[in-house]
Amino acid sequence: MSILVNKDSKVVVQGITGSEGTFHATQMLAYGTNIVAGVTPGKGGQTALDGKVPVFNSVEDAKKETGADVSIIFVPPPFAAESVLEASDAGIETVVCITEGIPVQDMITVKKVVDANGTRLVGPNCPGIITVDECKLGIMPGFITKKGSIGVVSKSGTLTYEAIGQLVDVGLGQTTAIGIGGDPIIGTTMRDLLEMFENDSETEGVVIIGEIGGQMEIEAAYWARDNMSKPVVGFIAGQTAPPGRRMGHAGAIVSGGDDTAEAKMRILKECGIDVCESVAEIGDKMLNALKK
Amino acid sequence: MKIHEYQGKKLLKDYGVPIQDGYTIVNIDQAAETIKRVQREFNTKAVVVKAQIHAGGRGKGGGVKYSPDYNSAIINTENILGMNLITPQTGAEGKLVQKVYITQALDIAKEFYAAILLDRSKGKDVVMVSTEGGMDIEKVAAETPEKIEKVWIDPLLGMKSYQARTLAFALDLKGQAFKTAVKVFMDMYACYRGTDASLVEINPLVETEDGEVVALDAKFNFDDNAMYRQKEISGLRDLSEEDPTEVEAGKYDLNYIKLDGNVGCMVNGAGLAMATMDIIKLAGGDPANFLDVGGTASAETVKNGFKIILSDENVKAILINIFGGIVRCDRVANGVIQAVTDLGLKVPVVVRLDGTNAEEAKNILAQSGLSIITADNMQDAADKVVKATFN
Repeated sequence: MSILVNKDSKVVVQGITGSEGTFHATQMLAYGTNIVAGVTPGKGGQTALDGKVPVFNSVEDAKKETGADVSIIFVPPPFAAESVLEASDAGIETVVCITEGIPVQDMITVKKVVDANGTRLVGPNCPGIITVDECKLGIMPGFITKKGSIGVVSKSGTLTYEAIGQLVDVGLGQTTAIGIGGDPIIGTTMRDLLEMFENDSETEGVVIIGEIGGQMEIEAAYWARDNMSKPVVGFIAGQTAPPGRRMGHAGAIVSGGDDTAEAKMRILKECGIDVCESVAEIGDKMLNALKK
Repeated sequence: MKIHEYQGKKLLKDYGVPIQDGYTIVNIDQAAETIKRVQREFNTKAVVVKAQIHAGGRGKGGGVKYSPDYNSAIINTENILGMNLITPQTGAEGKLVQKVYITQALDIAKEFYAAILLDRSKGKDVVMVSTEGGMDIEKVAAETPEKIEKVWIDPLLGMKSYQARTLAFALDLKGQAFKTAVKVFMDMYACYRGTDASLVEINPLVETEDGEVVALDAKFNFDDNAMYRQKEISGLRDLSEEDPTEVEAGKYDLNYIKLDGNVGCMVNGAGLAMATMDIIKLAGGDPANFLDVGGTASAETVKNGFKIILSDENVKAILINIFGGIVRCDRVANGVIQAVTDLGLKVPVVVRLDGTNAEEAKNILAQSGLSIITADNMQDAADKVVKATFN
C-alpha cells in the first residue's frame, strides 16, 4: 500500500499542452504514471505527448471518457483556481495543483468549495506526490527515490528532495512523498497526511518538514501525540529568518506567536516528535527512531 | 507589498470609510500653502503633521506632531520632512522621511482598533476590533484577549451586517456612531476584498467628540500574487522605501533578502534556502542573505545571483547549494565557472550540488582549474564555507 495515489490511479493532466504541462507530463509518463487524459479548453479531440494521451475540452469530458480519478494541474496562476474548481465539480477525487502564485482570496474560496465537495486537494504551489515506483504526480525528480517504508511530508520542494536523498543514503526507502506547498491556504495539511500514513500498513515512519509561519506543524504535532504509533521525525526551516520578512514562500513569514521555528521545534519535541536541530540530521534521526 | 498611510486612507475613502483627511508634500516650499489649504478645506485651525514611511511606531520616533496653529505646523513640517526617523520598526539605521502628510486635527472621544486579515488556521478572513485603540494589538491579544472581538467571514457570502453589528456592539457604540461604525466595517471589508489586500489595519479608529467615526491611520499590505489584476494598487508601490538590492534582485526574478552576516548563500527553493541559512549558523557562521534562485537555475541566474550577493560588502565567502531535480547540476556547474571567471571573483566559493547529474558536475568543477571548493553534503558545505570566512 501507499497513500493518495498508486499504480491504479487514472490521471488527467490539466494544462497538458502548455510548456510546463508537456514537459512534466512527459517525465511523469516515463516514470510509469498512468496518464489517461489531458485537458486544454479548445483542444479537445487532439492528442498530446506524441499521440500517447487524448486531450479533452473539459475535465468532465475527460472523466466521462477515461474514468480519470486523479488530476494534476499545470495551469497559469490567473486560471489555476478555476481549474481546481472544475476538477472538483467533475467529481475528481484527488486534485494536485502545482501552480505557484495563486491569489490568496481565490484560494480561500477554492478551499471552502473543495472541502464541501469532499475533494482531496494537494497544494497549490507544491512539487506534487510520488508513490515510489508506481505514480509520480508533479515535478519531483523520480530517480532520487527508492521503494521503502518511510512517508515524507514537506512544505518545501527541494527540501523534500534533500530529505529523500538523506533517507536513501542511510538505506531507507519511501512509500509516498508529498510536497504540500508553502502558501498560506493549502488543501491537504500535515495533520491529514500523518493520519493517512498512520493508517497505511506499509509505512513504518514519517518525516515531516515544516517552516516558519502558520500553525500547521503544531496541529500535526498535537495529532501525532494523541494518535500516532509510528515514529515521526521533524525539521523546521527558518531558525535564522528575521520576523516580518516573507522568506520566498508566501506563507513563510513570522508574524508573531507560535509561528517561529523555535516555538514549533519546542512544541514538536513536547509532542514526542524527534526534532532535527540541523537539516543534515534527517536521515540519521529516522534510522535511529526506527531502532527504538 | 506595502503602501503609505495617505495612500491607504485614499483607498478607504474611495470605499466610503470616513478618514482624517489631508494633503501630502515632498518639498518644504509647499508647506505654507498646503497647511493653509488643509485649515481652509477641513475648517480646522489645528493640523497634524505626519511622516510618511513604510514603518509603524512613527509617533514614538517623533514623526507625528499635533500642531495647534499655523506657526507650529510650519515648524513641525520643517523638522519632520527630511529627518531620519527611527522607530521600533525601522531598525537602528532609521528611514529618511521624503514625504509629509498634513491632515485635519480631530477632537477624539474614544480610540478603537480595527483590522482585517487572513486567519490561516481557519482558512477564512477575520475582522477584529478592540476598545484598546492606539495600543500594540499583540500586547492586547496576549494580556487581555477578552478585549478583542472577532468575526470570521464566509468567502462565499462575504461580510454580513449582523457581523458588523457584533463588532460595533463590542465597541459599546450608540446612536449615530453605532450606525456609522457598522457601515465602516462593511466598507472596510469591501476595500480589503476589492484591493486584494492581505492586511487592512485602522489603528486608531476614533469616535470624535461630535459622534463621528473616523479612520485616523491606515496600514495596508497586499497579496503580491494578486497584483497582476490590481494595476492601480501596483502603481502605489514606492521603491524608495524598499531595499535597493532586493528591488534589483526582483528584476532578475531572484528572491533575495539581506541579512547581517558574512556568508553569502545561493540556493534553489525557499525551504532549502532557509535550511541552508540555519545550518551555516549552526556551523558557527552567520548568513549574509536569503537567496532563492527558483526552479530554473540557469547560467544566467547563477551569474545574477553572484552579482546580487557581492553587492553586499560584508560577504567573505559564498555557499551555493543546489539540489537538482528538474535543474541539471552540470549546467549549474558550468554557470558557476562562467560567472566566477566573468566576474573575477575574489571571495572563496563552496559548491554543493546534488541530484540530477551531480557526479558530472563535480568533475566539471574539479577540472576547471578554478579554486572552487566542492562539498559532498550540507553539513560538509556549511563547515567548509564557515572555515573559508576565517581564512
